[in-house]
Amino acid sequence: MASFDLFYEIINNPGRYAINWKKETGNKVIGYFCSYAPEEIITAAGALPYRILAGSGSISKADAHLQAYSCSLVRGALEDALNGRLDFLDGTVFPHTCDSIQRLSDIWRMNAGFKFHADVMVPVKLNTASAGDYMTSILDKFKKELEKLTGIEIAREKLKEAISIYNSIKKNLSRLYAIRRDAPDVIKSSDIHAIFKAAMVMDRRRLLEELERLIADLGENDRAPDTADKRIVLSGGLCSMPDIYKTIEKSGGVVVWDDFCTGSRYFEGEINTKVEPLRSIADRYMERVVCPAKHKSLFSRGEYLVNAVKENRADGVIFFLLKFCDPHAFDYPYMKEMLEKENIPSVLFEIEDQLPSEGQINTRCEAFMEML
Amino acid sequence: MSDPNKAIDPEVERRKIKSVKRMKEIMTEYYIEAKTPKEQTGKKIAWITSGGPVEPLIVMDVIPVYPENYGAMIGASKMGTDLCEKAESMGYASDLCSYARADIASATVNGGPIGGLPEPDMLICCNNICGTVLKWYEVQARYFNVPLFILDTPVCHTEYSAEIKQYVEKQVTEYIEFLEGVCGKKFDYDKMVEVGELSVRGQELWQEVLDTTMNRPSPMTCFDAFFHLALIVTLRGTQPVVDYYEMLLAEMKQRIKDGISMVTDEKYRLLWDNLPIWYRTRWLSDKFAAHGACLVADTYTSGWCSSLKYMDKTDFLGSLAEGYTRIFLNTGTDQMADNILEMAKKYNADGLVIHSNRSCKPYSLGQYDIQKIVQEKMHIPTLVIEADMIDERIFAESQIETRIDAFIEMLE
Ligand code: SF4
Ligand code: SF4
Repeated sequence: MASFDLFYEIINNPGRYAINWKKETGNKVIGYFCSYAPEEIITAAGALPYRILAGSGSISKADAHLQAYSCSLVRGALEDALNGRLDFLDGTVFPHTCDSIQRLSDIWRMNAGFKFHADVMVPVKLNTASAGDYMTSILDKFKKELEKLTGIEIAREKLKEAISIYNSIKKNLSRLYAIRRDAPDVIKSSDIHAIFKAAMVMDRRRLLEELERLIADLGENDRAPDTADKRIVLSGGLCSMPDIYKTIEKSGGVVVWDDFCTGSRYFEGEINTKVEPLRSIADRYMERVVCPAKHKSLFSRGEYLVNAVKENRADGVIFFLLKFCDPHAFDYPYMKEMLEKENIPSVLFEIEDQLPSEGQINTRCEAFMEML
Repeated sequence: MSDPNKAIDPEVERRKIKSVKRMKEIMTEYYIEAKTPKEQTGKKIAWITSGGPVEPLIVMDVIPVYPENYGAMIGASKMGTDLCEKAESMGYASDLCSYARADIASATVNGGPIGGLPEPDMLICCNNICGTVLKWYEVQARYFNVPLFILDTPVCHTEYSAEIKQYVEKQVTEYIEFLEGVCGKKFDYDKMVEVGELSVRGQELWQEVLDTTMNRPSPMTCFDAFFHLALIVTLRGTQPVVDYYEMLLAEMKQRIKDGISMVTDEKYRLLWDNLPIWYRTRWLSDKFAAHGACLVADTYTSGWCSSLKYMDKTDFLGSLAEGYTRIFLNTGTDQMADNILEMAKKYNADGLVIHSNRSCKPYSLGQYDIQKIVQEKMHIPTLVIEADMIDERIFAESQIETRIDAFIEMLE
């Protein structure tokens, strides 16, 4: 029997995990936002990359710095920082993504009081040679900043080792998605969600071991997919709401893919180990499917979604839009239209701080499944 | 408030800025040319963001069109809410920038005060003002099916790094190659020198116009600046801009000589932060004037000369990257606060009015910190008005009125 206990234990209190890790290793913990943070470099520096996902309590202190029209991620994270709930961090990395994160970085730098603060100014377009060169140059800049913080030189060999760990982690995470797609009753989406959340805060070597063990335990289970369930692809903003998976499962759906930066986008794209390390990390970002705050081509995200539906034999798409999240909100209409052209049904859930009331979301979810 | 039946008040007439008429003419001519069928003008049209480098377009004889300027016109004509609602019915969330919403909707229905903008042959998007413009121009590039050039100017949170410099400079070359491709002709570097000089000259003159408000009493207010801004935004790099601002500057100097102030009995001098509330400029201007409060300067209109210090008139193309990357909106919140502190000193401000503009996150998030810094360092009262630049649904009149009154009391 495969056990997910460890992952749940970590995500129930990721801060405690990081504090213990720090005690055991004596190394630094670096908080980061978004999947454009070069985790490989942080790991190579011997530090723990710790993804700041969402706030853990109600908002009071952050209100003095952020207007009500900023998204819940930005407000929640600032609240945690100001309340001392992230005191174990030695510093934070802000890759440039959306306007809200851009200003959060300033407010954070001016108020949160961490000694290390890095703005990794990721290019906004990921489709030109000059952007690729620039990306490599800022990764190098970031590497030097980390070296200054830790006082340790990040040797090329260390980077290569970190890259290979990440490549293996990503291969295993993608394996989990494949198992779920082919046999949805072997691993539940809520469990996968827990694993991903844990994966972004855990010691990465330990994570790799645990993933390998887990996949071995899941076995080559080739039970036929439950055909009665509707196969769903999720799309949109970061969905750190585990309840949604249960709701979908309860209403007769099963999640087979997503385009989340906390999901498929996290593991897609292998880093080429034959190229210079920093260049190869940059290349992966340039090639991977983009976040809506970045530009690759006019239709890249829509095409990706349509393909995800087809390749995973899905019946429909559920969009999640986090309130006040501009990049996703701008993409939604054209992506929906591209789905319509292919006769793929979709439904939109808007999320404020919390999911809409359980009753409401159940009803809408059930209605959607029936329609499929 | 003006009443059409009232007899002309000579005092009011005396205060009116006479150059306004010429300004309206220039803008009308500009839009007439832009809307003339391309077969007649033989010119291509580019849509460009307000902070984008327009000068190379002028060199290529391309007509630049600014959806944001049109957004302001839509707002001032009180047509913003309708168009925003239309965009929402197309699936765009109501929290998105109202300029973007209005423009996306307007393109599909030829909406707004001049019945829509002329169709673009290309789109030029420079993200030195926000990330919204990237998404917005992607939408339009899909809709019009025309090439999109993105000039990526990374935010200078704390520095204009060597990496950023190299990247943006490379893109300036790519921009010119792009224009040569779309226009099918070579770029004229000699003409660039001329256009560059005119651009810098225009910006210098605009700064001089804005600086006339250092005089007490001030010959104009920021509400006038909001209006006269249109030229430096849309026609930067051309002779008419230089000529016009010379004329406006002369008029302002004359007003100072003649002791003509814009606000009767100027008692308080205030700063404005963020975009105007276009559908309420008149209301706000009257409201403040009634208390003898003159909004002498603002961060928005001075934004178009905020990087003069990085521009080199003798090597415009060489300094373009730095000048366009280091505009104030593309810097850190602490630098934006410094900018306001400097302005407060320069213009002798007694208070700061902050428009917390729900449309514009890069401009508005961080304002609370700026407010705190200004209060601590300058000990002047501050007022936050929660609104939106063109979506009237956000404007709570009576609440705002009460807050303005309370703010004025603090000034006393
Ligand atoms: S991309 Fe969206 S969800 Fe993420 S920080 Fe920005 S606004 Fe919030
Ligand atoms: S108002 Fe703000 S968000 Fe909208 S286009 Fe202008 S800078 Fe961007």
